Amino acid sequence: MLGIDDPWIWGVYLLCILSTVLCVSYGIANWNKGEEIEKQEIVEEAAWEAQELEMQEKELGM
Amino acid sequence: MNLLLLNVLVVVYLLVTLYLGYRGWVTTRDTEGYMVAGRKIHPYIMAMSYGATFISTSAIVGFGGMAGLFGMGLLWLTFLNIFVGIFIAFIIYGKRTRRMGYNLGAMTLPELMGRRFDSQFIQWFSGLVIFLGMPLYASVVLIGAARFMETTLSIDFNLALLIYSLIIAAYVVWGGLKGVMYTDAMQGTVMFLGMIFLLIMTYLHLGGVTAAHQALTDMANLVPQSLAAQGHRGWTSMPALGSAWWWTLVSTVVLGVGIGVLAMPQLAVRFMTVRSGRELNRGVLIGGVFILAMTGVAFDVGALSNVFFHATQGKIAIEVAKGNADSIIPVYINAAMPEWFVYLFMLTLLAAAMSTSSSQFHAQGTAIGRDIYETLTGKKGTGSILVTRAGIIVAVVIAVVLGYILPENIIARGTSIFFGLCAAAFLPMYTCALFWRRATRAGAIAGLVTGTFSSVLWMVFVHKKEAEALGISRFIFGRDVLITQMPWPVVDPIVVALPLAFLVTIVVSILTRPPDTAHLDRCFKGIK
Repeated sequence: MLGIDDPWIWGVYLLCILSTVLCVSYGIANWNKGEEIEKQEIVEEAAWEAQELEMQEKELGM
Repeated sequence: MNLLLLNVLVVVYLLVTLYLGYRGWVTTRDTEGYMVAGRKIHPYIMAMSYGATFISTSAIVGFGGMAGLFGMGLLWLTFLNIFVGIFIAFIIYGKRTRRMGYNLGAMTLPELMGRRFDSQFIQWFSGLVIFLGMPLYASVVLIGAARFMETTLSIDFNLALLIYSLIIAAYVVWGGLKGVMYTDAMQGTVMFLGMIFLLIMTYLHLGGVTAAHQALTDMANLVPQSLAAQGHRGWTSMPALGSAWWWTLVSTVVLGVGIGVLAMPQLAVRFMTVRSGRELNRGVLIGGVFILAMTGVAFDVGALSNVFFHATQGKIAIEVAKGNADSIIPVYINAAMPEWFVYLFMLTLLAAAMSTSSSQFHAQGTAIGRDIYETLTGKKGTGSILVTRAGIIVAVVIAVVLGYILPENIIARGTSIFFGLCAAAFLPMYTCALFWRRATRAGAIAGLVTGTFSSVLWMVFVHKKEAEALGISRFIFGRDVLITQMPWPVVDPIVVALPLAFLVTIVVSILTRPPDTAHLDRCFKGIK
C-alpha cells in the first residue's frame, strides 16, 4: 500500500490523515456550539476585572 | 545566495513580529491580560498559537532528522500529536480546563492545580518543576533554529543563538501572552505555508507519493550495520519488536512526547485564553490540519530525504549530515529546494523557534512570578508582573547558556525529556483535577511528588542516555546505570513514572478525607 510494505507504517500514514479528517469534521459539526454560558461569564468577568484593577491601584498607591 | 533578499525578508518578518508584540503590549492593561491574554482570544489565533507553540524547530529539525535516521515509524508520533494533542486535548481536557480556570480565576496551570486542590505547595512546587525543567527544552529549541542559520547563512552558531534570544525576550517581556499569541498566529501561518510547499516539492522531486515511498522501501538493504544492530529494519518498517530502537521510538518518542503534550503548562494555559467552548470546537479544525502539516510533513520528508541523497550523492541522509541527525533537514532543504524556498523555510524555522520559545519563556516567567513569588510572599498584582518579567529574562539567559554547552544530537532528546517529565509530574494530578471529584489534596501532592522524583531518578540511575551523560550514577555507584538487564536501560522514564504517579494519586486520594463539597461545586460549576 502506497509503496510501503509494513502495515504498521502505511496504517499509521492513513491514521494521520483520518485523525485530521476527524478534527475537521468535529470542528465543522460543532462550529457554533458551546457558547451557551458566555453571557453569564461576561457579567462575572466584569466584576472580577474591577476587583483586580482595584487591587492593583491599591498596590501602586494610586 | 542572495544575501540582500534574505536580509530584507528577515527584517520584514522581524518588524511584523515586533509590531504584533507591540499590539499585545498596548492592549494589555492588567494581570489577566498579561497572563491569559484577557480570556478573549480569537479561535484562529488560539489554535495557531497552540499549534505553533506545540510544534517547534525541535519537531521539524530534531524529530524530522530522527525520521531521516530511523524512518517513518515516527509517524506514530504525528498520529498522537493530532489525536491526543489536538482532538483529546481540546475537546476532553481543554473545555474543562477553560471552565475550571475561569471558575477559580486561575492564570497558569500550576495555579489551576493549586486552587483546585486548595494547596499552595502544589502551585509553587509545580512552578519550580517548570522553571527548572523547561530550560533544557527551551535551549534545544534555540539550538534547532541556530543550527539552521549556521547551515544556511554560514554565520556563527553562537551569534545566531544570541540574536534570536534578544528578539524573543523583547516581545515576550513587554507583550505578555497577547503579544506571544499574536506573533504565534502569524508565525504559525508562515510555518504552515512553508511545510505544505516542502511536502509538495519533495513528492514532485521523487516522482509522486507511491514512487517516493517505494524507492525508500527498496533502500532497506542500505541500513548501516550499526543501526541494524539497534533494530533498524528499513525506513518504511517499524523497528524490530523489543529492540533498543523500538523501545526508544515507542516509549521515549511516541509515548513521551505524544502523551506528554496533554500536561504541557505552556499549552494548557491557552485553553484559558478563549471566551467559550465554541472557540475550542473551532480550534480543533484548525489545529488538526496544522499539526498534520507540521509533524506529518517533517517526518515524511525527513525519511524521504534518504531517497534524494541516495539518488544525487549515493549516500544515505545521516552520512550526508556527517553523523548529526539534527543537520539532516537543514542539509536536505539546502540541497533539494529552490533558493527562494531556502529563505522561506528559514523564516519557517525562525517562526517555529520563536513561537515555541516565546511561550516557553512566558511559561517560565509566570511560573516564577505568579506561581512561586506570589504564592510564597502573598504579594499580588503589579509586583508579580515585574518578577515575571525578570523571570523571563533569567529563563532566556539560562537557555542561551545551555545552548552553548549542550552536545550535538540533543534536540529531539531534550524535547522528549521535558515532555516526559511534565507528563509524569502533572498529568495524573491534572487529569484527576478535571475528571474526578474524589481526588484529594494529599493524593494530588503525592502523585506530583512521585511523578517528578521517580522520573528524575529513572533518568539519573536507569535510563542509559541520560544517566551516562549526567554521570551521577557513575560518581555514586561506579557504574553508568543501576539496571543493565534489557530492556530497562532503554525504557523511557514515562513508562514507569506515569503509571506509578497515577496509582499513587488514586490510592492516596481514596485513603484520605474527601474534599469539601462547596469547594468542589465552585470548581466544577458549569462542568457537566
